[in-house]
Amino acid sequence: MNYQEFYPALFRVMLPETALEVAALIVLVVDLAFLRKAALNVRTGIASLLGIAGCLAGLWLMQGQGVTTFSVDGTTGTTLLVTGGYTAVAQIAILILTAFTLVLLLDSRFTRHVGEYVAIVLMSATGGLIICGAQDLLVIFVGLELLSLGLYVITAFAKRSGKSAEGALKYYLFGGMSAAFLLFGFSYLYGFAGSTNLQEVFAAVVAPSVASSPLLYVALVAVAAGLGFKVAAFPFHLWAPDAYEGAPAPAAAFIASVSKVASFALLITITMNVQSPRWGLLLLILAAASMFAGNLAALAQVSVRRLLAYSAIAHAGYMLLALAYLSDRSRSALLYYILTYALTTIGAFGVVGVVERAMGTDRFDGFLGLNKRNPLLAAVLLVLFLSLAGIPPLVGFWAKFNLFATVLAVGGGVVPFTLVALAVGFSAVSLYYYLQVLKRVYVMAPTDENRINVDPVVTLVLVLIAAAVVVLGCFPALPQSWIDTVGKTL
Amino acid sequence: MLAWTIYISFAGALVEALLPKKKPELARIFALLIAAAGFAIAIAGFASGMGHGRTTITDVVWVPSMGIHYMLAADGISRVLVLLTGLAATAGVLFSWNIERRANEFFAFFLALIGGVYGVFLSFDLFLLFVFYEIAIVPKYFLIAIWGSTRREYAAMKLALYSFVGSAMVLIALLAAYAASGSHSTTLDALAHAGLSPHFQLWAFPLTFVGFGILAGLWPFHTWAPTGHVAAPTAASMVLAGVIMKLGAYGCLRVAMGLFPHGMDPWGFSLLGVGSWRDVFAILAVIGILYGALVALVQTDFKFVIGYSSVSHMGFVLLGLMTLNQIGLTGAVLQMYSHGVIAGLLFAIVGRVVYDRTHTRQFGELEHMHLLRRLPFAAWAFLIAGMASMGLPGFSGFVAELQVLVGSWHATPWWTVAAGVGIVVGVAYTWRALQRAFFTDLRPTAEDHPATGWHDLGAITWPEIAGFSLLTAATLLIGVYPRILLDAIEPAVKTFLAAGGAQ
Repeated sequence: MNYQEFYPALFRVMLPETALEVAALIVLVVDLAFLRKAALNVRTGIASLLGIAGCLAGLWLMQGQGVTTFSVDGTTGTTLLVTGGYTAVAQIAILILTAFTLVLLLDSRFTRHVGEYVAIVLMSATGGLIICGAQDLLVIFVGLELLSLGLYVITAFAKRSGKSAEGALKYYLFGGMSAAFLLFGFSYLYGFAGSTNLQEVFAAVVAPSVASSPLLYVALVAVAAGLGFKVAAFPFHLWAPDAYEGAPAPAAAFIASVSKVASFALLITITMNVQSPRWGLLLLILAAASMFAGNLAALAQVSVRRLLAYSAIAHAGYMLLALAYLSDRSRSALLYYILTYALTTIGAFGVVGVVERAMGTDRFDGFLGLNKRNPLLAAVLLVLFLSLAGIPPLVGFWAKFNLFATVLAVGGGVVPFTLVALAVGFSAVSLYYYLQVLKRVYVMAPTDENRINVDPVVTLVLVLIAAAVVVLGCFPALPQSWIDTVGKTL
Repeated sequence: MLAWTIYISFAGALVEALLPKKKPELARIFALLIAAAGFAIAIAGFASGMGHGRTTITDVVWVPSMGIHYMLAADGISRVLVLLTGLAATAGVLFSWNIERRANEFFAFFLALIGGVYGVFLSFDLFLLFVFYEIAIVPKYFLIAIWGSTRREYAAMKLALYSFVGSAMVLIALLAAYAASGSHSTTLDALAHAGLSPHFQLWAFPLTFVGFGILAGLWPFHTWAPTGHVAAPTAASMVLAGVIMKLGAYGCLRVAMGLFPHGMDPWGFSLLGVGSWRDVFAILAVIGILYGALVALVQTDFKFVIGYSSVSHMGFVLLGLMTLNQIGLTGAVLQMYSHGVIAGLLFAIVGRVVYDRTHTRQFGELEHMHLLRRLPFAAWAFLIAGMASMGLPGFSGFVAELQVLVGSWHATPWWTVAAGVGIVVGVAYTWRALQRAFFTDLRPTAEDHPATGWHDLGAITWPEIAGFSLLTAATLLIGVYPRILLDAIEPAVKTFLAAGGAQ
């Protein structure tokens, strides 16, 4: 092994990750060493500012990175990590979304340990960056664990809340279980191929002797279970409602957005390599089940966070549908969908967090008369929820249309058509439950008319997110061409 | 030029949302200005488009990767319906002059709704049309849920879900047509010439027709209409019956029949005389005419009578569409205009002039109020509107329904006979409503004598008179001289039929 090439190559490929780790350490040091006596809101401000600076530094460092690959021997041999291209799209999104969730911290009061919180979020985001570019089973697993461990901790971060602990414990137990499944599946794949490199693994799997082996089923099902857990696909979704409900709002926003983007980026990488039709079948089953379960269960919710959790399951179903018919075109449609969905969800959790802080509950009744109590916040929620329901001209509608159109274009036939018809039908169902919340915001009589005050920076970011949802909806070609440009050239 | 109707409506909605909350006067004057400006543009566009056939207003590529165009254009049919929208919007604002609560929000939703409606009538890209069509759903929900009456939240949700299910059906067909045509372009022209296979059209047609038909009050998917109309505030019922139902019918015409003409081909077998989707929908239309009229005959709530009469009158539009001949289609489009104006007038009288003063719509209570003496304006206005609604000569409804009936006589006489019965029942329910609400036989008793118990109903205000005059003039003018509209509609229908809208 040539160490003179190895470390510089590793460093080059890991620049943004390094930036995040360094930022995490700085946040810890500054908060613990210099700000012990400072007021909580000062510490919160500085910690999230430093965290955002870390994300921006990561973005800046990504600029010069270009398309690089990192291999076992530095630049030659089997690939471990790649940068640039569609990987860069997901990574840029992760950095920006992480920065947004850190802004939400400014308006929450769930902990005194803000330094630790920001540091853990940054480390978790590092895991997310790694799995976007991972090309090797072991690297995938390491990145995934780095991401997940951080998520368990930030879910439990509201120490005074029993729900937070409950959600974190469920999340952790299910997470540990699914990691075991994933490793189990990976070990079979390694057994088939004698390699941990994705391309080699799935090239070996095509061989007739392996392709007909029932053990391949076992391996693929185990991998699907492990990754299905990450994206909260039915029937591996059980953690989601509790984690979404219990976690502090910024943490829930992080779980719902950054972790989703990273996990789908990983699923895309894996699906691009898998040549087995069985994998597509597995994804289709997960997709259909998630659409059904997510949408129907969401109808019965009375807590906005749980509603968002079940709607997340439904949205994961739509995305898995596109994943089952993956091509170059549907890859960019899928990225479009996951990025815009993640952005919208962060905004939604931002509003929920604010209302929850004022009312002490995220039940529907807490949203009564929000239109009177803070019209701007109400308008933001209106835009975001209608976008999630897929009403034009908001970006959520374009994302859905784009996704479904590519599914039909890529996979002609009765099965994709039926599933798309089902998905479109479920969009109509979803309007009902989103309107249940909006009805309380705009229609029903308020029980409390006091104004809800929000941190101006948080307001600004929420308004920006809502504005982005509207503007991108009116000019839907912009993000699409951005994804394609970055994906193909960088 | 016509495109500005869309832009000023949306801009007006945005400004309304930002206007101060405590000044309803400002909000309604501004809304009237915007609506009147839209109406003026619609008139100017109608006049300048005379004899020009179809003109393209804008055509730019919107989403290059998917071949979606931002294409606005207008032919005779669009111009007539844009004109109707401007008329209904202006009258709607005039009849909501008494809205005090959250007035700026009310007019913001109202103008957003109107903007979406203009957009649908002017879109010649299927995708764009769909976008505008869906934009109109959300404002309707809030208009009814916030400012409505009887069971408003139920009715609003029902309407929103019916609309959204309908548009989901349309979206499925749209996606399928887009994929089947090779995913190059979504303009109506491109899709119409994409050579979609007859087999494909045979199932895409009913899906789209029902999807749009839900909003046009197609029986048995009409049940949103009476509840929605009744619960809605006056301006919203006027627009709902006046133009929203036309959106559905327009979609049936432009999209379902325009893109999938082979969907109306015979199936190759026939069951009890029903041998094609065309027969199916024509029969549903006739059932709608009869059912709506008969149910209107037994209502005890004044507004429900008008609500069910809308289902009945919209049946004529759908029947006219299914005749697939020049005169029937022309009649259908003219009936869209005519019903838009007349239904607006009826809802305005019942909702604004009567209900906002009496606070009841039950015939049983109205009978004791002696409205002929206390609200003579309402009584005579309803008499005029009722005559228009019955289809008396001299009003637009007569010309329109006559053409539909002649058209359907050419197609299948039996439908015509049944629809004719519907007209007779229409006379009956209108007279019944008129008599029970206004011209009752009951003598004033001591209890409801002016000196003892009659609360003051309030004078008729100028916006009501202005709105009434506007709508009455609109139906009389076309009733007396229908050529104004027919000259625009007939060439457009001819082009439509020649382009394969029917074989």
